[in-house]
Amino acid sequence: MSLRLEDVHRIARLARVAVSEEEATLVLGHLNDIFGLIEEMQAVNTTGIEPMSHAQDVVLRLRPDIVSEGDQHELFQSVAPQVEAGLYLVPKVIE
Amino acid sequence: MLNASLKELAGLLATKQVSSVELTRFLLDRIARLNPTYNAFVTVREETSLAQARSADERRARGEAHLLTGIPVAQKDIFCAKGWPTTCGSRMLSNFVAPYDAEIIRRFDAAGVVNLGKTNMDEFAMGSSNETSFFGPVRNPWDPGAVPGGSSGGSAAAVAARLAPAATGTDTGGSIRQPAALCGISGIKPTYGVVSRFGMIAFASSLDQAGPMAKSAEDLALLLGIMGGFDPRDSTSLERPEEDYSRGLTVPLAGLRIGLPRQYFAEGVNADVVRVIEEALTEFRRLGCETVEIDLPNTRLSIPVYYVLAPAEASSNLARYDGVRYGYRTPQYADLMDMYEKTRAEGFGAEVKRRILIGTYVLSHGYYDAYYLQAQKLRRLIARDFSEAFKTCDVIMGPTSPTTAFNLGEKSGDPVQMYLSDIFTIAVNLAGLPGLSLPVGFGDRGHPVGLQIIGNYFAEARMLNVAYQYQQVTDWHKRTPPGLEV
Repeated sequence: MSLRLEDVHRIARLARVAVSEEEATLVLGHLNDIFGLIEEMQAVNTTGIEPMSHAQDVVLRLRPDIVSEGDQHELFQSVAPQVEAGLYLVPKVIE
Repeated sequence: MLNASLKELAGLLATKQVSSVELTRFLLDRIARLNPTYNAFVTVREETSLAQARSADERRARGEAHLLTGIPVAQKDIFCAKGWPTTCGSRMLSNFVAPYDAEIIRRFDAAGVVNLGKTNMDEFAMGSSNETSFFGPVRNPWDPGAVPGGSSGGSAAAVAARLAPAATGTDTGGSIRQPAALCGISGIKPTYGVVSRFGMIAFASSLDQAGPMAKSAEDLALLLGIMGGFDPRDSTSLERPEEDYSRGLTVPLAGLRIGLPRQYFAEGVNADVVRVIEEALTEFRRLGCETVEIDLPNTRLSIPVYYVLAPAEASSNLARYDGVRYGYRTPQYADLMDMYEKTRAEGFGAEVKRRILIGTYVLSHGYYDAYYLQAQKLRRLIARDFSEAFKTCDVIMGPTSPTTAFNLGEKSGDPVQMYLSDIFTIAVNLAGLPGLSLPVGFGDRGHPVGLQIIGNYFAEARMLNVAYQYQQVTDWHKRTPPGLEV
């Protein structure tokens, strides 16, 4: 398998990362090297093997449905790039 | 004092031969003098550390001290510490001041341990050389032209240069063990789920695990006792009783069966590394251990499997950095999409973006089964290799890394070469097992060599015992870098 330049642009768009033409060419070379390494795993027959998603086979714990955290609105918003009246500001998305 | 063990430092504090304020002041001065050379610390806040030291001294005077109260420990800059800049080595978080404490920070605070400062690291813990940090590379105290390893390179260098008695690290594919090996110190990555991940900035959540880095196994045992334990705020934290990891340190090793994986002594491992490891094994045989050859047939596959799973999880975890709620936001943008794309393009470095792109691709429509699912199946085969091996041995040993510290810039242009340097550590994370690295000698260039000890699930106390016994009959862990003799 080999990626093409348009694949890099498509993936970058999905990942919300801007890439210039120049960067895309460099990234393409690196990604193809890395996928060359990754392709080694395609040769192994894994029929019937249960996928392992986690190191320990534990069931996620549930907790009682009660309020456990106090209101820290202001503290948490103090590190935001742009806040007004307790709201995070972003460029206009709806006309 | 610089080469003292934590227990010895605690003794000095308990008998009032030194106060925590004096000890902290002494180390802060040393950091101010030497850090410009090594770049091991990214944040030092003298007043905050000294205030913590003062309250530790007061606590001691009241007779309420924990064993390690008043001892300064450096924290990897991946752990949120309230009021401290917490950057994760990234421009993306270069302006981020943590509004809360990670669980391990809370635990250290509760024990009266002083936060000595935040250590440099590869950006978002993605790297094996500490060269991907936004704050510049860390230099190896044994050879300033060489890398310290990564991602916990700042922590490893800080301990090696005796800027800190101990430090914390995190390990997703070897990020505690490999820098510990390359800097000639000891470090342990516990069983997945032993140390809480709450407040530890996420890279690959099914693999990330925090652990201590220090001069000796004895020190690691004390630190792990503080760091480990159940935390309801981490959904993967394991509900197990608190453990005294020092309890078995003095048990003799006679009869211990050491498994030596054929694949860990094969082609691709530098001859000087093999020579030093063989010498260490001879020492273990002298201590009464037996060695048996074992097979970990899927070792080679651990690299491709890891470079599917870790980037996949990272691409999802790092989706949160969008310039809205915290962190960097690009100054100029046309609309929301433009703001996201520029913020992430400018906020992340090349290696982080590379991994986000790999992860996005392997999770994208039509490729999930071929990559992500296949990798998860192979992950099970890799874990099974270990459970088979542990039927014939108690612990597994081999080199932590196939080479000693390489030169700055030597591998940074070639991601694949860099990835291959983690061949012996990655499988341990995939299986969720504990792994420890300890210094066992020096290679051809005078660079330290680390021996990796891999244990079965929850065998930390046994592994620390094994490393401790070796450190009773050798002095590699007491050696200090040239020019830093103490």
